[in-house]
Amino acid sequence: MFKKISFTVNGKSYTLEVDVRMSLLELLRNQLGYTGAKQGCSVGECGACSVLIDGTPYDSCIYLAVWADGKAITTIEGVAAKNGELSKVQKAFVEEGAVQCGFCTPGLILTTTAMTESGNDYTREEVKRELSGHLCRCTGYQNILKAAEKSLEGHICTCVDSPHYKQQQEQLKERQ
Amino acid sequence: MAYDVVGKSVRRVDAVAKVTGKAKYTDDFSERDMLVAKILHSPYAHAVVKSIDVSEAKSLPGVEAVITYQDLPHIKFSTALPGVMNDVLDDEQEVDLPLFATAGHPYSLDPGHRDKEDRFILAKKARYVGDAIAAVVAEDAIVAAKALKLIRVEYEVLEALTTPEAAMREGAPRIHEESEGNVLSTGGGFERGDMEAALQESDYVFEGEYETSIVQHCHLELQTSHAYVDADGRIVIVTSTQIPQIVRRIVAQSLGLPWGKVRVIKPYVGGGFGNKQDVCYEPLNAALTLAVGGRPVKLELSREEGMVDTRTRHAFKFKIKTGVDKDGTIHAIQISAISNTGAYASHGSSIAGSGGSKFRYLYPVKAMKYSPVTVYTNLPVAGAMRGYGTPQIFFAFESHIEDVAKRLNLDPIEVRRKNLVDVGYVEPFSKNKVLTCGIRECIDKGKELIRWDEKKERYQNQTGDIRRGVGMACFSYASGTYPVALELAAARIVLNQDGSVQLQLGATEIGQGSDTVFAQMAAEILGLPVSMVHVISQQDTDISPFDTGSYASRQTYVSGMAVEKAALEVKSKILAFAQKITDLPAHSLDLKDQMIVYKHSGEPVLPLWEVAMQSFYDRVNAQPITSDVSNNARINAVPFGVTFAEVEVDLKTGKIKVLEIYNVHDSGKIVNPQLAAGQVHGGVSMAIGYALSEQLLFDEATGRPLNNNLLDYKLPTIMDTPEIGAAFVEIDDPTGPFGVKALGEPPVISPAPAIRNAVLDATGVAFNRIPMNPQRVFESFKKAGLL
Repeated sequence: MFKKISFTVNGKSYTLEVDVRMSLLELLRNQLGYTGAKQGCSVGECGACSVLIDGTPYDSCIYLAVWADGKAITTIEGVAAKNGELSKVQKAFVEEGAVQCGFCTPGLILTTTAMTESGNDYTREEVKRELSGHLCRCTGYQNILKAAEKSLEGHICTCVDSPHYKQQQEQLKERQ
Repeated sequence: MAYDVVGKSVRRVDAVAKVTGKAKYTDDFSERDMLVAKILHSPYAHAVVKSIDVSEAKSLPGVEAVITYQDLPHIKFSTALPGVMNDVLDDEQEVDLPLFATAGHPYSLDPGHRDKEDRFILAKKARYVGDAIAAVVAEDAIVAAKALKLIRVEYEVLEALTTPEAAMREGAPRIHEESEGNVLSTGGGFERGDMEAALQESDYVFEGEYETSIVQHCHLELQTSHAYVDADGRIVIVTSTQIPQIVRRIVAQSLGLPWGKVRVIKPYVGGGFGNKQDVCYEPLNAALTLAVGGRPVKLELSREEGMVDTRTRHAFKFKIKTGVDKDGTIHAIQISAISNTGAYASHGSSIAGSGGSKFRYLYPVKAMKYSPVTVYTNLPVAGAMRGYGTPQIFFAFESHIEDVAKRLNLDPIEVRRKNLVDVGYVEPFSKNKVLTCGIRECIDKGKELIRWDEKKERYQNQTGDIRRGVGMACFSYASGTYPVALELAAARIVLNQDGSVQLQLGATEIGQGSDTVFAQMAAEILGLPVSMVHVISQQDTDISPFDTGSYASRQTYVSGMAVEKAALEVKSKILAFAQKITDLPAHSLDLKDQMIVYKHSGEPVLPLWEVAMQSFYDRVNAQPITSDVSNNARINAVPFGVTFAEVEVDLKTGKIKVLEIYNVHDSGKIVNPQLAAGQVHGGVSMAIGYALSEQLLFDEATGRPLNNNLLDYKLPTIMDTPEIGAAFVEIDDPTGPFGVKALGEPPVISPAPAIRNAVLDATGVAFNRIPMNPQRVFESFKKAGLL
């Protein structure tokens, strides 16, 4: 069974008929060629397939394609500026060494992007909780956390007391 | 020594590709009309296929082929398929099913040094729950899944032998006909010194038993490949692998083809950790494309399949006996080990031996004996995984030595120090000499980082439900596999008109950062910024120079030697060409900042690009500058290191929290501190899972997996992972390029025993089995009377 849906991916409009059994991940990867969304488990456990749907991160593997009707989707391919400049979050991931094999990276960048765009302040524990839906086997999450905090510069609550946090604050002071 | 690029945290050469989604992994390449394959797995751990009926599956619309062991290796593919393949696989010819070995080791010309050949592409006898019995190719995944359900198989179910004890029991059925007692191997053991005398002269003899569990790699990218036959009749396989050259050989062997008939392409890889140092499904994928006339076929395992149908880490049981004096001097170490290798050999014959061969450097005591037995069971196949047998043996011994120190009422660090190796030690079995050894400096640094003395003092005589403790553990490892196996590596460099270069490698980037480190080495020698070294990250067995692959922490050390050699050759060619232009002797010149400079003063002579341009276009002297080198490393540098951990234990819930953890490594010169720290973070995190939460569970009666998914298998999340401290003691190794020694695997070796020893310090309870998950911990505390 097919259903006609309309949606945008990274600002580009699509109207097409999709198999009602298809996941958004399958639609993005196999039909539209947005291969930056990765498949790591297909059942919403690992977070590698995350995309933003109207600005909120979702596991696209357990989000039916038909539900995307009327939605604005952002994939990793749509994060950098049109002129090619990397976003603040992408730059932070590059600079902090948060990338190893790179398979979890697109999802983590998108979730971090959603945090930066929310305008909210986060404690370190909240940052971790927001990112806890993303599994990574290469980095031990150390530099990912640093990159996320760097992306959220100015939006990290001061109510946390850890050596890493203090270091972060000192770095922020140095830059000011 | 000070360098311009080596030793600096330059950013990864593939970072931008990976943060923008431009990096293409295996599954991101698509062939038009690609068919999809799915595997029929055995539901029984031990069973013989009595009959198999695929007729109904075959007639399902959308199904293109169904194959079973009966079709192999002699695929009834269309004889209309053009190309030379037909000369090799004649439809009419009867061919014996070839058994093959899957372990990712270089081929050996010595038949006695090859891995055990015990595997078919598809099995007639199932040896674990999941063994591949048949496979379907269909137009899409839904049809393929439907077709699997239509295959009728009648099994004769045999007793499932799910533990080494059951498998070795007298009268147990044989898992492989030729393996008596289900023992794959007793190789890899060694004995030095007079054990009896050494035990006799010791003041005390201590004994202990230790056990580790089955865990899985859990790389984020699934096991995936696709294959097709090209216009020349050759099989092309695009696959997520650490070892393209070995995949090529094993696919050819498994199908009885000449090796040149197979081409393997390796794009970006989403993590391997040893699981992709094996040839799990590429032979099946090749067979499947042959079964459908060479059309492209994709074979991607689900996460649930991948966790049990690829490889796992060997579970070990150890018995240790040591002869020790009251001052802590160890005279004798005797270790016997049982390694559970699961259903097929894979790397099983070498892993138990590897653990011992790396351990024996650390404490060169008078008498040492190691006797491993590697046993087949009806569980998933154990294979290579980061550390390759060492996390197991070091967990056992570094726990044991802690227990010994406690019994003698001595400082556990001092007991280790008394017995540690030092520079100049010649390991008697490999004849390899320890040329640099920073283990003592690592200990000093680790103690300082964690504030050992202060905390040891503070955590004495604790009461209450929440208790803290500190622990540590040491390790020794190796840089590559020499002298056990061939250590061949290769690099190729091409100088461009603008003075930049292409660097092409046989060693595979799988996330560890080798491409970046190689670029730094080439840039250093050629006086270039890293941005002018263009690394070709993809390996293609038709194009890439021959390197055995990425494993054994060999890339920076072994493949680095090839990069150094290739860059030095290009450099000498550049300087010789400069001599032609300038009449200045080449030996008086050097390369710096994209210039030819005087070696003595650094004063510029002419820009590199001018030499490069003339090398391409001078009407008399034109000869583009390239190098294409191999390096056979017949040497091995021994890396060392320690973990220091502080834990907090909640007696009531059995929850162990790692508060602080530091790994200090002697890996020689560190080429890229940020990437090196990244390796330590990932390895320590994997080891924290190994110590506290990860274990693949099976029903003991049936061998069925119970938690082969990322929800029930407790992989650490960001919430579970503490801040991990990485530190290095940098002593240049005289044999490694720029003074490096291995680093990739070592971070995973010592955290588990360090955490275990910290729990012992906190609670007085010695856990001799990992993981120390809340249930096991709670039960032990109850038994110990703490609750």
